[in-house]
Amino acid sequence: MSNKKFSKQHEWVSVEGDAATIGITKHAAEMLGDIVFVELPKKGKNVEKEGQAGVVESTKAASDVYAPISGEVVETNQSIIDNPSKINSDPENEGWFFKLKIKDKSEIDTLMNKEEYDKFAKESSN
Amino acid sequence: METQKTALYDYHKSLGAKFVPFAGYEMPVQYPSGIIEEHKLTRSNAGLFDVSHMGQLLIEGNEDLAIELEKIIPTDLKTIKLNQSKYSFLTNEDGGIYDDLIVTKVKKGFSIILNAACKNNDFKIIKTALGNKFMITLHKNLSLIALQGPKSSEILEKNINGVLSLKFMNGNKFTYKDEDIYITRSGYTGEDGFEISIPNNLVEDFAKKLITQGVKPIGLGARDTLRLEAGLCLYGHDINESTTPIEANLKWAIPKRRRKEGGFVGYTKIRSDMNGRLTRLRVGVKPEGKIIAREGVKIFSKDDQEIGLITSGTFGPSVNSPIAMGYVKYDFSKPGTKIILEVRGKKYGAKISELPFYKKSYVR
Repeated sequence: MSNKKFSKQHEWVSVEGDAATIGITKHAAEMLGDIVFVELPKKGKNVEKEGQAGVVESTKAASDVYAPISGEVVETNQSIIDNPSKINSDPENEGWFFKLKIKDKSEIDTLMNKEEYDKFAKESSN
Repeated sequence: METQKTALYDYHKSLGAKFVPFAGYEMPVQYPSGIIEEHKLTRSNAGLFDVSHMGQLLIEGNEDLAIELEKIIPTDLKTIKLNQSKYSFLTNEDGGIYDDLIVTKVKKGFSIILNAACKNNDFKIIKTALGNKFMITLHKNLSLIALQGPKSSEILEKNINGVLSLKFMNGNKFTYKDEDIYITRSGYTGEDGFEISIPNNLVEDFAKKLITQGVKPIGLGARDTLRLEAGLCLYGHDINESTTPIEANLKWAIPKRRRKEGGFVGYTKIRSDMNGRLTRLRVGVKPEGKIIAREGVKIFSKDDQEIGLITSGTFGPSVNSPIAMGYVKYDFSKPGTKIILEVRGKKYGAKISELPFYKKSYVR
């Protein structure tokens, strides 16, 4: 939990060596409401930091998902495509979106830690 | 314009509602359980909707009034029975729809329920058409709540004796705490249900009573998924000033006498739509996969010809798949016709579907 970093677009990143797992935050999932559709980037695709990397749709609206850091997509989570409600029930664990091979580790330092993000999320929802 | 609040605003807040601005009002879009849960509870149990933002108009008068109103509303107001309701529209010169509405014959004249976003304009249109001959009141002191779902009749009967005998699209006057309330058996969810017009000062008390008896509060989010599953139009999206009732596949709402005799605003266009060839028709659309096609999504034929546009689209919790409505060129409107949807630059397969997507029998 503690090694997670967060972006202003409400994604989380969990880093292990050269690999990063990415998803949307609990706050984002709550704001979106019931998620009913997900589109993920293709395996092998190179995504750019803050570039569009997928789509989530709730009963209310469609929202873009951005890559919090740059890298090559090495794995995607098929289980959230089959069962998008997993993103609502466990957004920061089983509801992960995709894994990246990190291109530039220094990009991680530009992200927020949990405390900073919680404060940011609280302020942005007011 | 300052955002308005309904008399139930504080109560919604206490129930944990999330609010959105809608037609100038702060309205609950959902409660903590979420849209899908609220939707399913309405289909299996009973849900309470605050629709007090909608216009409640009373026009006082007798036979004279029916004759005048028939000139702007294409339904049968001459033979309508006391306490009977009809779904109809206010039409414009081009046969388009200014608003869709429910008109009920009441003792004093006619009571009309109007869309929130249209009500002030509707008032002007009606006032202009009727002149000063009739008293017209857009009620500010009345709330409107809808109780919808299979358990609603049983629950409401416990509180208001006699509602069980109401037939679908019929209403009557009842009393609650010594004040008059008017209840119709109607709604916009595809379920059996009631709409209750009640003074602002009593609405919270009454809503609380229903909630403590197991009714769940339902927001605008689920109201949208419910009405779309039921194939019902949302004004400003599926119908508007440029769509005729015939194109909108709402010919059933214009009774035979009115279709034949006309005598209402926009009849020339509506008659030619009925007798000639329609250029487009409102249809149901069912995407093949999980993709959701929302308003504005373009519709193509199999050979890549652009044939129409989606006007409403969402995920239908009871049918457990994405659903949509839109307009297509008439030749492509037959249910089962394969079409292509363009969502975010990519093409997806879909089919024209029968409406409604979800069927339930009303109590008649």
